[in-house]
Amino acid sequence: MDALMQFVFSGVTVGAVYALVALGFTIIYNASDVVNFAQGEFVMLGGMITVFAHLAGLPLPLAALGAILATAALGVALNRLAIEPARGAPVVSVIIITIGASILIRGAAQLIFDKQLHGLPAFSGDDPIRVMGATILPQSLWVIGGALAVFVGLWAFFTRTLTGKAVLATSNNRTAAQLVGINTGWVMTLAFGLSAAIGALAGVLVTPITLVSYDVGVGLALKGFAAAMLGGMGNPKGALAGGILLGLFEALTAGYVSSHYKEAVAFIVILGVLFAMPQGLFGRAGTERV
Amino acid sequence: MKTLTTTALALIAALGAAGPGLAEIRLGASLSATGPASFLGDPEAKTLEMMVEALNAAGGIDGEPVELVLYDDGGDPNKALTFATRLVEDDEVVAIIGGSTTGTTMSILSVAEDNEIPFVSLAGAVSIVDPVRPFVFKTPHTDRMACEKIFTDMAARGIEKIGMISGTDGFGASMQAQCKDVVGQFGIEIVADETYGPKDADVTPQLTKIRGTGGVQAVLNPGFGQGPAIVTRNYHQLGIDLPFYQSHGVASDAFIELAGADAAEGLRLPGTALLIAGQLAEDDPQRAVVQAYKAEFEAAYGMDVSTFGGYAHDAFALLVDAISRAGGDDPVAIRDALEATSGLVGTTGTYSFSADDHLGLDLSAFRLLEIRDGGWVPVD
Repeated sequence: MDALMQFVFSGVTVGAVYALVALGFTIIYNASDVVNFAQGEFVMLGGMITVFAHLAGLPLPLAALGAILATAALGVALNRLAIEPARGAPVVSVIIITIGASILIRGAAQLIFDKQLHGLPAFSGDDPIRVMGATILPQSLWVIGGALAVFVGLWAFFTRTLTGKAVLATSNNRTAAQLVGINTGWVMTLAFGLSAAIGALAGVLVTPITLVSYDVGVGLALKGFAAAMLGGMGNPKGALAGGILLGLFEALTAGYVSSHYKEAVAFIVILGVLFAMPQGLFGRAGTERV
Repeated sequence: MKTLTTTALALIAALGAAGPGLAEIRLGASLSATGPASFLGDPEAKTLEMMVEALNAAGGIDGEPVELVLYDDGGDPNKALTFATRLVEDDEVVAIIGGSTTGTTMSILSVAEDNEIPFVSLAGAVSIVDPVRPFVFKTPHTDRMACEKIFTDMAARGIEKIGMISGTDGFGASMQAQCKDVVGQFGIEIVADETYGPKDADVTPQLTKIRGTGGVQAVLNPGFGQGPAIVTRNYHQLGIDLPFYQSHGVASDAFIELAGADAAEGLRLPGTALLIAGQLAEDDPQRAVVQAYKAEFEAAYGMDVSTFGGYAHDAFALLVDAISRAGGDDPVAIRDALEATSGLVGTTGTYSFSADDHLGLDLSAFRLLEIRDGGWVPVD
């Protein structure tokens, strides 16, 4: 029983990390059907900028806020400089542009910052909290809380606000959205800025647990992407559930089967789910007009 | 436009004049200064550049200046192969240093052997020098030696059953295999064998499983990068109080900082003299070399010295010594002199090569260190 609790805590901690990354994919995908492969780089930047601003003497909350704003600005710049000029290009081309952007950001981070691993102090200390014979670190609660807060925020944004609905309308049919008076250019700017900010927030929250270096983005984006696919791309509920489930699969496999197979089992489960439900657990059914 | 052309022409003329004509001894290097292995290649490249400059300022080798031709292979074995070929055919170097990783080393190795150019590798795998190849040498310890050093200490503490948790990256997987290979010789049994991915954020399930395995008396974690720091934190989080061992892959001050001094307290690992430069005894043979390298490197670059840069330091010192004894720049004569190296004190250990030993270090080169109060304390 103690062991099971420990596996669950581990799974939820890791799953919340995946979920935070997966949530970042949601907005850009909803606005443009584009999977932004530079999302992992936003997470990395959130961590790296906070670390270096903190080292330079800024208090942690201010450093984190600065990192989120700077990364959001970079997201907007990415849209302006690379995505907008390619307007009208097929979705696949835009996805490839985001892959290029991720390589560029990674290279620049390597030059501007350094190639070392860095950590951040945990927000509320390192003393593990004991529950029923198992332990969880306070920072894990921050990550889980962060994932929940972003989820609630996004869910409210897409269902309760006019702007959120404008984002969805832009994704659905850009021309029609323009005809009803939605400024689609502005929607894209907003989508990239918000996605980058969510990525950076994820980076700030997970760095005390996962550590950060210029090249952590790829691994995080891959797991986040897998979580988003499992839950259903574009749905905040799916991103949250997909992330937590993926984390739990891995932890339980490592605990009860063998750590050698934990990733294999997780991906087999994902393949199984996608085979039965190609849209993911909570994905919207795709209808294409031909 | 006219000024630009003139400037460009003057620059080309100046470069041409300062080119190969002056340097008599040409050394080549292909290192992974960028890319995934940059934490190895970056300090190595910096060390070589610093040492060449210092050597030439002091008059070079027997009055002849040394020119270093340095390429960055980014950790890609294919690029390393191209650069090694270029070093031999175009740059006409007399010896090659490099191969930050085992993969790039294997590429350079074949070129060096075919062209009979002495090659000193900076990578860990035992297969680089076993079987012995005439022109291939290496400076770092092997992971097999790290396992032996750790198991020697465990046996001395009366530990008979251990759990292992290894990274699935190249380093972790290789060391895991080597440790399993030699563990029997020490009367120790591995009763739990777990792994984690190099980017995993939490390994408490694996550690819980090891803790739950009957009879485990100590835990060993071969790996490098962020994995060992996370394993160490989780070990502390779970409150496991068994003796804990890390590998030489994380022997750096940065590791203590990442894992946290509290979590790392009491763990042991095999490291080099560089880590305890300030604590070396007056009569320690490595004291002078280690302290000089640490002081020079930290003054030149303002960053902490690393074990990996030390490998490059030793490779360069070995070659300079061999070239000086060979009395010329004939690659075969340099190789012969290199193989005859005896008692050369480096940062990693004291090297003595022979016809059937191209590593030239023994277990005494490793120091078993324990982390206490956020610092390193030698235990043997």
